[in-house]
Amino acid sequence: MSDIPASALNAARYAGYVTVAEMGPQGMITIRGNLRSTRFRKAVADATGLTCPKQRRIERKGDIALAWMSPDELMVMCPHADAPALAGAVMAALEGMHSLVQVMSDARAMFSISGADAREVLAKLAPVDLSPDAFGPGDLRRTRLAQIAAAFWMEDTEEFRLICFRSVAGYAYGVLTNAARPGGEVGYF
Amino acid sequence: MLVLTCPYCGVAAEETELHAGGEAHLKRFGPGASDEDFTGYLFGRENPKGVHFERWLHANGCGKWFHAARCTATLELFGTYSAQLTEPPEPIRKAISAKRPGWRWREFS
Repeated sequence: MSDIPASALNAARYAGYVTVAEMGPQGMITIRGNLRSTRFRKAVADATGLTCPKQRRIERKGDIALAWMSPDELMVMCPHADAPALAGAVMAALEGMHSLVQVMSDARAMFSISGADAREVLAKLAPVDLSPDAFGPGDLRRTRLAQIAAAFWMEDTEEFRLICFRSVAGYAYGVLTNAARPGGEVGYF
Repeated sequence: MLVLTCPYCGVAAEETELHAGGEAHLKRFGPGASDEDFTGYLFGRENPKGVHFERWLHANGCGKWFHAARCTATLELFGTYSAQLTEPPEPIRKAISAKRPGWRWREFS
């Protein structure tokens, strides 16, 4: 056994009319609790240095991001090596509050989908309104990617990040690269 | 195709993002109940042509259950509401009454 963390697809990369890349090992921490509680939101904000995101939004500062996953779930994205310490800090901040904090880094795979037509590639696979008016940087959506559950958000106007379970990373990479194949341009957006 | 708005994450979710959970507002009859009540709880289901109340799971989404009121004949949606409610809330009933005056569904109207 090696101690070096390995991601599901070993940072596979495909350059079609949009670039699809598996991002290698990523730190992810699941936080569950009552997001309506001001005390809870403040504790998470203090521990991560980010403001608690609003519904279906993601906040980023440097290499840490905080994402809204459901009315009682947040997810922290950070460098893989930082996850345990950061999870410890969040756990300490939430001491005494009904909550759950767990490092889930190796449970999921993260992809970057970048290029001027990145919207189009995701729109082929997910039942989501991806028009620039409806979905912009900082917006996050948990949905269905072809036949699997996934979540994606917009980092900037030309890059999406997508997470799915590690066990279906190969499938996600397959459908994303297929949708990004040269010749498959639709030009809708 | 059905598009239901999930009351928990506010997403107008299309049918394939959801999982149907059957009839809403069933009252559980467990140990100690009469055979008739227990049979009704297990097997007695409404099968209306018109107003219907259902449970839906936002499976490929926030993962929450919620309630929906819709018309089985036209696929028209009257509204969605929290899974924590044991009966349809007033705004939903009003929305249904506006379009289907005199509607009845089990003990609700």
